[in-house]
Amino acid sequence: MMMCKAATRLMSLKQDRRLTFREKVSLRLHLSMCGACRECDRQFTLLHEAGKRYIAAQDHTEDSR
Amino acid sequence: MQDGQLPEATAFTDITAAHAERLAALRPRLLSFARLHLRDNALAEDAVQEALMAAIEKEASFAGRSGYETWVFGILKYKILDLMRLQKKQGRFKPLEEEGEDDAIDRQFQASGRWREEARPSSWGDPDRAFETEHFWRVFDACMLALPDGAARVFSLRELMGLSTADICKEVGIRENNCWVILHRARLRLRACLEQGWLSEETP
Repeated sequence: MMMCKAATRLMSLKQDRRLTFREKVSLRLHLSMCGACRECDRQFTLLHEAGKRYIAAQDHTEDSR
Repeated sequence: MQDGQLPEATAFTDITAAHAERLAALRPRLLSFARLHLRDNALAEDAVQEALMAAIEKEASFAGRSGYETWVFGILKYKILDLMRLQKKQGRFKPLEEEGEDDAIDRQFQASGRWREEARPSSWGDPDRAFETEHFWRVFDACMLALPDGAARVFSLRELMGLSTADICKEVGIRENNCWVILHRARLRLRACLEQGWLSEETP
């Protein structure tokens, strides 16, 4: 059974490449049972979004003036 | 378009005047962006200076497809990558100096691999709302700067510049496996740092 630490590795990897079927299944299984990891997964996704928004935020700021 | 007229030149100066103000307003953000990547104030200043010059010179080629600010950031990205390559070539950047073995990870987990009680991730609320607050971005910048150099470089190339890990390997000179390990650690550090900084001032 995969523990949280190993699960975060897959959550991170997921942001960088497509997970294999096996990885996907074991991550999904873990997430279904672990609330803290679900939050962590959201946070990694948010970090990824934040990176994309970092620049987009500039034009947004300009428009709203 | 009439003879004797220089419509292009006239248009050029008009746009430049309008954009000069926007460039000035944008400068601090460009600088913090460059600093996140290069982690060297003087070098970041150079990159921004060159990007601003290029933006003014290439003014006419700004097609308005993207926003003006996004376009300027695009120029800055190339300047940053150039400087990084130079740093690498001169051996001034070592991607894998880094941190004591896995300490970012150890701090958050028990030996069993479960979260430590005090490190358990909690909800950050609505991400869209977070992105709209200046506080979030201040914390984000501070947490990025707190990362070790190598981790910060790989993370910013991946998430701020949007390069693939395969491309990052080439830029930084590491194997893709290393890249994933570094990104994993960087994300764990960042999430812990952001959670601390972001939620601490958010809760009343």
